[in-house]
Amino acid sequence: MKKEDQLEEKNPMEDLLRMDRIPHIWCPGCGIGTVVTSFTEALKKSKLDLDKVVVVSGIGCTGRVAGYVKLDSFHTTHGRAVPFATGLKLANPELNVVVFSGDGDIAGIGGNHFIHAARRNMDITIICVNNFNYAMTGGQVAATTPLGANASTAPYGNFEFPFSLPYLADAAGATYIARWTALHLRRVTKSIQEALSRRGFSFIEVITPCVTLYARRNRLGDGLNLLKYYYDNSEIHHGADTRTLDISYQGKLVVGKFVDKEKPTFLDAMNEHLGKVLGDKYVLYGRINDDRD
Amino acid sequence: MVYFGDLKEKKGKIHINKDRCKGCGFCVEYCPKDVLEMSDEFNIKGYHPPYIKNEDECCYCQLCETICPEFAIFVTLKEEEEQGEKGESRP
Amino acid sequence: MKKVKADPKGVLTGAHYLDGDHSLAEGGLAAGCRFFAGYPITPSTETAERFSERIPTVGGVFIQMEDELGSIAALIGASWAGKKVMTVTSGPGFSLMMENIGLACMMETPIVIANVQRGGPSTGLPTLTGQQDMMQARWGSHGDYEIIALSPDSPQECFDLTIEAFNLAEMFRVPTFVMTDECIGHMHEKVVIPPAEEIELVERKWYKGPKDKYLPYKPDKDMVPFMVKAGDGYRFHTTGLTRDERGYPVINAECQDVCVRHLVDKINKNADKIIKLEEEEIDNAEIVVISYGITSRVAIKAVQKARKAGIKVGTLRLITVWPFPEKRIKELAKKIKAFVFPEINLGQVVLEVERCSWGQTQVVRVPHCGGWVHDPDDIFHAIKEAAK
Repeated sequence: MKKEDQLEEKNPMEDLLRMDRIPHIWCPGCGIGTVVTSFTEALKKSKLDLDKVVVVSGIGCTGRVAGYVKLDSFHTTHGRAVPFATGLKLANPELNVVVFSGDGDIAGIGGNHFIHAARRNMDITIICVNNFNYAMTGGQVAATTPLGANASTAPYGNFEFPFSLPYLADAAGATYIARWTALHLRRVTKSIQEALSRRGFSFIEVITPCVTLYARRNRLGDGLNLLKYYYDNSEIHHGADTRTLDISYQGKLVVGKFVDKEKPTFLDAMNEHLGKVLGDKYVLYGRINDDRD
Repeated sequence: MVYFGDLKEKKGKIHINKDRCKGCGFCVEYCPKDVLEMSDEFNIKGYHPPYIKNEDECCYCQLCETICPEFAIFVTLKEEEEQGEKGESRP
Repeated sequence: MKKVKADPKGVLTGAHYLDGDHSLAEGGLAAGCRFFAGYPITPSTETAERFSERIPTVGGVFIQMEDELGSIAALIGASWAGKKVMTVTSGPGFSLMMENIGLACMMETPIVIANVQRGGPSTGLPTLTGQQDMMQARWGSHGDYEIIALSPDSPQECFDLTIEAFNLAEMFRVPTFVMTDECIGHMHEKVVIPPAEEIELVERKWYKGPKDKYLPYKPDKDMVPFMVKAGDGYRFHTTGLTRDERGYPVINAECQDVCVRHLVDKINKNADKIIKLEEEEIDNAEIVVISYGITSRVAIKAVQKARKAGIKVGTLRLITVWPFPEKRIKELAKKIKAFVFPEINLGQVVLEVERCSWGQTQVVRVPHCGGWVHDPDDIFHAIKEAAK
């Protein structure tokens, strides 16, 4: 069967993947692969210059995404993917920078960087794959683990209150916030397309099953069961108030596009303000990415 | 089948990379036409890949291709229907 | 690597009356630094302030990040986007930056970090001088790696050595440190900035070959791989994990051996090209006073007094502290009676002198806990004792 494939057609995603590193390390039934597929679909549909798209990941299961996409990609330290992306974007405003990392990396150790990048309306896209735990290191409790769920460092159940990531992003000033589950394939693709082609801080949370750890510890079945559960229990409420988006343990999930507004980005604000104050003496910074206006 | 005078149904040809599959079952579960089913054979890693039960039913929705976390399955448009023209969902 | 001329926009040609902190900023701008990500910390804040004031009229970006962790991460990202980058900090911020300094070493990224040292440990003496981070510059991050550290002794050298630091960082694709201290940072002196045509800069080795044949970490003849920047279509991958020539992570002992030895040998085997020392009256010396930074200026007084008293004293000033000039110390250890090493710490770089002397000569420490510079008489007494 494989030889036949090589003769006639290869998987159309393969030109965006580092095929010399496939098969990847994610577990059978893990949703991350599905999110990567949605991402590659979005890249192709958006007709962006792929040489200018850069992927930055942190550490963790989702952090491995940088190693599998065939774009300029960086696998950085834990929690520091967002400021790394900030540096890339500010040094070369023509780049289209995507941070593809997990909930522990972005909202746990990287929480401070996350809220500041949102505050500054840094022109980057963040795809946060939320599987409710620190999966790579064995399923420890994370800032997003629902109340009552089991994790390796909360063996009697989690008694801490979790974050609602869209609420956090909204409070910090993000200008595009969406949440989907991994099974909302084409909606995730559409959100990523919108985020890549707009300017400003875009945050997309994708809720995915973690088979070997979260699902197993909490006896929630295998990847398929959990994926199905998330999808079947999700309700689409576009524009919902971000204060109402808490996720309770095995409860209802509210998904959709919650925030989509315009605000000057960091570089826009810098150029405008310094241009006003310094007049002719100011050297305008960066030819801002033209094809997205 | 022909609809509205001359609109033909799209038919897909399914390509499965058996050795890449990790037997998660997403494609089987979500195929809207029940084209796939989990097989009993083992692939090189010991997983059960899917097999194509009724290829004629495949309507080229490409859901299996989009959902597979392993990039192990994809669908191409069957030649005889469209005469070399690529479907509009593939950019 | 390519030699380029400085961009006149960033060069404030002329004779100025500046302090060390401001000179660091001017040195960065003259060297072509157009991205600065920092966080305020006494006594280095003035560098960030000056940079933020000057960069809008030169053309570039200044961003005050939320903490030093973000600063150093942003710096590495910006360097990979092709810019020359720098930051400035002091002890506590330096400690925060350590993890990502390791990342910069592993990814072989050129960045410049200036540390205006203060009394430590912990919050210590924020407004008073120290030289207590010298070992930390070398060993601060985890794992085996090598870096370059320079130590200026005046605001003029703050300017000159910052340019030198940028050149070394670009040449060797390694984080380079400018280890100054609060005394020099806040000392106002004459700083002469030459015209742009007279400043020679080095740019990193850009890869110009076919895109599909690019290997991000394949060392060239001088052990430094060719670099590209994000957005040029090379579709490269780089990681903080132990990696092979393709930039892909390979988790086994063989790859670790090749990878880490390369990071270390890249600097050690090129040490002769990097090390700069200033020696005076060393040929017939019985005692050699080694020092760096502000202490070298205080030591001059002690050395003059000792010479008047008839002791044959030579001086060795470490302009490059890391990589440490092992060969020179080994050479001198065979001939002289003693090394006298005053430092504003309880003995850091002196440990290297002890190590490299191999017991062949006496090594006298003149420690100082920080907060002020040495009393020249303390150094003089140490020289006298050693000469007995």
